[in-house]
Amino acid sequence: MPKLSYLKALNRALGDEMARDDSVVVLGEDIGVGVAGVTTGLLARYGDQRIVDMPLSEQAFTSFATGMAMAGMRPVIEFQIPSLLFLTFEQIANQAHKFSLMTGGQTKVPVTYVVPGSGSRTGWAGQHSDHPYSLFAHVGVKTVMPATPSDAYGLLASAIRDDDPVVFFAPSGALAVRDDLDFATLAPVPIGVGRVARPGTDITVVALGHLVHMALEVAEELAGEASIEVFDPRTVYPFDWAGLSASVARTGRLVVVDDSNRSCGIGGEIIATVVEDHRLLAPPKRVTRPDGAVLPFALELDRAVQPTREQLTAAIQAVLKS
Amino acid sequence: MDSAELYRTVRLIRRFEERAIELVRSGEIVGGIHPYIGQEAIAAGVCGALRRDDIITSTHRGHGHVLAKGADPVRMMAELAGRSTGLNQGRGGSMHAADFSLGIFGANGIVGAGGAIAAGAAWARRAQRPADSETGDVVAVNFFGDGAVSQGVLLEAFNLAALWKIPVIFVCENNGYATTMPVEAGVAGTITGRAEAFGIPATTVDGQDPECVQAVSEAAVIRARSGNGPSLIECMTYRFDAHHTFEHKARLNYRSEDELAAGRSRDPLDIQGARVPSEVLSRIDAEIEELLAEAVRFAVESPKPDPADALDHLYATGLRVRTGVNN
Repeated sequence: MPKLSYLKALNRALGDEMARDDSVVVLGEDIGVGVAGVTTGLLARYGDQRIVDMPLSEQAFTSFATGMAMAGMRPVIEFQIPSLLFLTFEQIANQAHKFSLMTGGQTKVPVTYVVPGSGSRTGWAGQHSDHPYSLFAHVGVKTVMPATPSDAYGLLASAIRDDDPVVFFAPSGALAVRDDLDFATLAPVPIGVGRVARPGTDITVVALGHLVHMALEVAEELAGEASIEVFDPRTVYPFDWAGLSASVARTGRLVVVDDSNRSCGIGGEIIATVVEDHRLLAPPKRVTRPDGAVLPFALELDRAVQPTREQLTAAIQAVLKS
Repeated sequence: MDSAELYRTVRLIRRFEERAIELVRSGEIVGGIHPYIGQEAIAAGVCGALRRDDIITSTHRGHGHVLAKGADPVRMMAELAGRSTGLNQGRGGSMHAADFSLGIFGANGIVGAGGAIAAGAAWARRAQRPADSETGDVVAVNFFGDGAVSQGVLLEAFNLAALWKIPVIFVCENNGYATTMPVEAGVAGTITGRAEAFGIPATTVDGQDPECVQAVSEAAVIRARSGNGPSLIECMTYRFDAHHTFEHKARLNYRSEDELAAGRSRDPLDIQGARVPSEVLSRIDAEIEELLAEAVRFAVESPKPDPADALDHLYATGLRVRTGVNN
């Protein structure tokens, strides 16, 4: 079977959705040449009225897309750097997200914000290495973060078709992941539905984005010690609480690995929700970035503030023992 | 719009505002409003040059724009009073009044936020032209105050609009103050210069004269519809009343009595009223009194929304969210 990389899956989903629906228009910086690889070849296929290269005006073009959406289009914005979401938080959280409620349902704002390469990109330092998905979950903007190529394809298709604003995080640590798959099986993946990436009976490990792959490797390494279930929520908001609850009901133990800062990160919310609803066999643990972390430049320092395989292994072993 | 219709719009906005202030004082409108009194000629003149399917984005001081574009004053008053019969079902209030069926893409509580939204909407309408030729030459107007010209996102919108000849008209209502900051203390250079730097033609006009505003707006609309791109109109005006209805309580003191008197001496009601026969004025005035009496009655008598529905419309897809407490 052919192999599909996560990055190519994004490119394919975008091309397919543009073919399916004329109202899908992509905006962003350097997207004509496809500098990030997401839009490669699309300018030649669809022209410059549907692949629109933008000047360096993130705030304006983010609200520009809001206006386009309210006029009936389905814009997709590609942001080259995750930290640009801080610059455009006003336009997303305070404008696009609020129009449906504030107008009493008179309008909808179906914009997709794609961030290819979120999180540490190794050597990009403080202002290029944030991973602010928990921030969008907190304000209630729909937020997806697939781990695999087929989910990347399926969730990007669903995000574009969704009538609400959706932020799509493609973690830099997942962009090179490749899967063997039959392209004919690629299909939309519903927003808000997680998956069990590996079934198990002793403990549930919730992992998000590229950390799903780390969790699967750790689960395999520890297979002799315990049967580890890996739960991939795929969508950060709305979260698949029913899917997670079913998993925890089977295992009774919980570890979360989350590349958010610890305070107010989605990892804390996952643990709070589970302990409200379940009597666990052991206190849960989470592995996250430190509070308020800024990623330092030097590789050793960058790695020191991201969740590591060793930390995850230790957390799983500690929860299994207690 | 003819002279009588322009007068009617100015009068409607003025009396709407005065009645709304009464409802603020009586507590029927919670949170207060930003009165547009004194600036009515701008909304009347600009919207008088627009079609029903043209688009506007408005400001925190947006009642005049929304009414001039054709919104129902009765449902608008109910919106200000937070009733479910309001334009936005009581979800938006004064600063977010909208009617998408009339191209009113909302008043906006963030200064300068509407420029890029208007530009995007106009760009989209033009792009949709082959499939929908009736609305293909739609024009969008973005209203903003003099304070907004110091907001970067608005200047970014100027750049996009000029680059792509987007059919958008930027209307600056220069009332001399950004809340309490005089324009000369907040704006370096000139407001028209901001636009001209991007190659956008800019005109300064008497913002107290509805016919003057309408004439300049008509020229900008023709330019936009014919594919020649954006314009900026700077309307020199004066806010007769407070920045916000809380100002009386706070006893803010930033304008002299002499200045207020001079500003109020050029009242758009008088300027436009002088162009209309007195019997027509009387008839229009009486109709408006009746309409606003109905608006106030409807607003006060309409049911208040059910708290159980507080988050209706949060998501266009109907997604329901978790409550804030454990059940």
